Amino acid sequence: MSQPESLVGYRRAPGLIRWLGLDGPLLAGLLAIMGFGLYVLYSATGQDLDRVIAQSIRLGVGLILMVVVAQFHPHRIRLLTPIGYAFGLLLLVLVLLFGTGAKGAQRWLDLPGLPRFQPSELVKILVPMMVALWISRERLPIRISVVWVALIMVAVPVGMIAKQPDLGTSLLVAASGLFVILLAGLSWRWILSAAAAGAVALPLVWINMREYQQQRVLTFLDPESDPLGAGWNIIQSKTAIGSGGFFGKGWQAGSQAQLDFLPESHTDFIIAVLAEELGLVGVVLLLSLYLFVIGRCLVLASRAGETWGRLLAGALTMTIFVYVFVNIGMVSGILPVVGVPLPLVSYGGTSAVTLLVSFGLIMATQREKNRVYG
Amino acid sequence: MFKSDLRQIYNRQQERQVFTHRAIIGFVVICLLSLGLLARMAYLQVVQHDTYQDLATQNRVQHEAVAPPRGLLYDRDGRLIALNRPVKDLVVVPEQVKDIDSTIEVVRSLIELSDEQVERFEKRLKQRRRPFQSVTLRSKLSEAEVASISVDNYRLPGVRIEARLARYYPYGDLLTHAIGYVGRLNVSELEKVDGKNYAATEYHGKLGVERFYESDLHGQVGLRQVETNARGRVMRVLTQTDPVPGADLTLYLDVELQKAATDALAGRRGSVVVMDVRTGGILAMVSAPSYDPNPFVTGISSAAYRELRQDPQIPLYNRAIRGQYPPGSTIKPLLAMSGLEAGTVNWDQRQFDPGFYQLGGEGRRYRDWLRTGHGYVRLADGIIESCDIVFYDLAVKTGIDSMAEYLGQFGFGRELGMDIWGDASGILPSREWKRSQGRGVWFPGETVISGIGQGFWLTTPLQLAASTAAIANKGLWREPRMVASSSLGDLPTVERPLQIEIPNKDPRNWERVIKAMVDVMHGNRGTARAVGADAQYRIAGKTGTAQVRGLGQDEDYDADEIEERFRDHALFVGFAPAEAPEVAIAVIVENGGGGSSTAAPLAKEVLDAYMLDPQSGQLRVSAR
Repeated sequence: MSQPESLVGYRRAPGLIRWLGLDGPLLAGLLAIMGFGLYVLYSATGQDLDRVIAQSIRLGVGLILMVVVAQFHPHRIRLLTPIGYAFGLLLLVLVLLFGTGAKGAQRWLDLPGLPRFQPSELVKILVPMMVALWISRERLPIRISVVWVALIMVAVPVGMIAKQPDLGTSLLVAASGLFVILLAGLSWRWILSAAAAGAVALPLVWINMREYQQQRVLTFLDPESDPLGAGWNIIQSKTAIGSGGFFGKGWQAGSQAQLDFLPESHTDFIIAVLAEELGLVGVVLLLSLYLFVIGRCLVLASRAGETWGRLLAGALTMTIFVYVFVNIGMVSGILPVVGVPLPLVSYGGTSAVTLLVSFGLIMATQREKNRVYG
Repeated sequence: MFKSDLRQIYNRQQERQVFTHRAIIGFVVICLLSLGLLARMAYLQVVQHDTYQDLATQNRVQHEAVAPPRGLLYDRDGRLIALNRPVKDLVVVPEQVKDIDSTIEVVRSLIELSDEQVERFEKRLKQRRRPFQSVTLRSKLSEAEVASISVDNYRLPGVRIEARLARYYPYGDLLTHAIGYVGRLNVSELEKVDGKNYAATEYHGKLGVERFYESDLHGQVGLRQVETNARGRVMRVLTQTDPVPGADLTLYLDVELQKAATDALAGRRGSVVVMDVRTGGILAMVSAPSYDPNPFVTGISSAAYRELRQDPQIPLYNRAIRGQYPPGSTIKPLLAMSGLEAGTVNWDQRQFDPGFYQLGGEGRRYRDWLRTGHGYVRLADGIIESCDIVFYDLAVKTGIDSMAEYLGQFGFGRELGMDIWGDASGILPSREWKRSQGRGVWFPGETVISGIGQGFWLTTPLQLAASTAAIANKGLWREPRMVASSSLGDLPTVERPLQIEIPNKDPRNWERVIKAMVDVMHGNRGTARAVGADAQYRIAGKTGTAQVRGLGQDEDYDADEIEERFRDHALFVGFAPAEAPEVAIAVIVENGGGGSSTAAPLAKEVLDAYMLDPQSGQLRVSAR
């Protein structure tokens, strides 16, 4: 088999890393992204060392969780998956009933004795795990009857998250589930049919919407039509990116970022700070790091011993790219604004921990070696 | 067994291939989408770089107007009489306040804040403004208030203390009517001025010198290029064109003399105007009662303003330039001149005063102030003893139009000062004036009473002072002026001549009239001889008593019996020293009674303040 193992040097991983069941190149890639992210974050928070330290601690916690998760044998993870999935659904119901949050959205769960958290983050991992488990019971390529059940497994949590409402997260959860189905070899016929059906359905939905709903969608799709409201963020972020130029204005020297013209500059819009201060060069560097990590994850996925591991690792990897694409697309004004952070770079704990747990899962899949070639 | 193993191997391999195939497609799509993102970034950062660079600069760089410091006002001795003082205001940035009402409550618990101030704040809140521009809640905080706000600042996000320069008048109510004051620039004023130059200006002269010299005092606006953050806060100054301060003006005004004149009025309603006869400069301009202009600068409360407006003493009224009074006998010296110049009377001719005058020897009796009459009198006695009969006769002989033509040259009946803002014109009675007012034809009896400064006659204290200065100058009339010099050199000029040489047929006429005025003070029958007796210098003067209410033909005037507001106004005009005149003075005390008993002693007090050394009480060695 023409595995690219020799290319990425898997065999030469250092002893401790190998002993912990970690993947050296992936870990290196992740550390590079996190380091770069903290460097940008220091500037984006207006040289606030406290926040950089807080974020480092969160990333540290995430890394520890990643190592812990990587220790589990896939066999055990599979055993726990249905219970975990059911638990995740229960939490989502609780959120809808007792959730807290701001601006009319209930996203957080405040259970006594636990820190406040967003169950939807947990569901981002549980959904692909469950769908992969369901699909891997039968041989690939996937049969259509299996697909229907898988779709329901995806649709139920997605619907509940959308009702919170949290459009960004529900889209990511939907993507993570659908990627499993796509990677399981759903025939192109079905994929194209679904796409065509969607394309036909959209105008019908549009016609049946009320005018204020249409207006809302239009603003969502084209925020610049409302320059002082929803469009403000996008105009400012495009200005930050564009004024950065090829080499950038220099670290901590971006006027848009440092003078607070750029909103959410250390969270969802941090790529604009990077683009303004470090220029296109910085953007290319970060994108390369992401592509390296994603490529490495796909290599690991294909190397997993069992179908479940492959599907899960592959779907998680694809989802991570969705994060990157939606975030950068939104900040640069080609996608509507949805609250999706830039993986491992944006300030904030929940998504970083979820992401690192995902990487832990991907590494854990490597414990099952291909029985034939292992 | 082998076969099934092989089958399993085949299946595993197949499943693996399915995944790998999809994963490769996935990775290709990922790479394509990444290239798409990169293309988008490159488009923004390279292709459209210049556009966004401009946008970023526009965001960051703001142009700010800098108000020029208003020119200062000095009195003749260099005393600062109007200056700019830093004051601290409590301002609110609405964008940074969560709950305006609760913020106001917190502020109210810390410092004094009236409902009216809150109301005004809310009104200003509704006006258009730039985002993050502050709105004043309370102006002029005391040091103690600044301290208590600072201590509790953490409870007041979006509330801060701003320092700025505000006009301040250190002498309070002493100079208000002489120099005026500034107040907040209003819309109609903004329409008249150059908006660009006033972009940062808060104040505009409202009255007096402050109003007339607005354009000189204002200065040129400065411009600052500043870097601001998104909340409009200035981070640093990029470039700055400094504002040009307004001109500092030195007035003729003498604060000490002004004080002396105010003290001399001693709380009575009235006015004193002192003019330098050599320059036309106003040395003192008092209108009593007065008021403190400082509250007007930052906005007086409506309660305080109402109180001022409703005060029966009308302190807001500038009696010195807007008060119009019948001149009474103070006009007699100039009427004598008009008769002498017209040749209708003879200085030495005697006539009999029986205590009344009748037109053509019959009909209504126009009475002399002395019921018994003065017996045989000359024109000089008309001035010295203020005999009315002489002037009834003079007026009738000279004729109203001839008198009006002559007296018009002394500034009566028109607004005067080139830099005195808002003075009244008074009334110089004539046939033409009456016709133009639509008041019908002129009656001969009206000429008679015009001869003693009654009837239609109205003059302002300023006009009386300026015309008296013209007597001192023997026919050279100078326009009264407030400002002597400007730190920038040039003062505004006017088309009309600032002094008028009044034609004179016989120079002896001036000598005669002035001699008679000296005798008013120093002669043994002069109406103000009691005042002149103890003077250390010689004064030329004329007393006057103006009727507020006309008396019936046989009614006696009894000050004790009539209401105060109907009592006569006491007047005095004069100049000193009589031989080499320096200052002319006009005094009016409203309802003050007699000119000789009330106005003349008051005038002497003021003249003493000018002529005598305050320490020794002796004559000043050198002229001022």
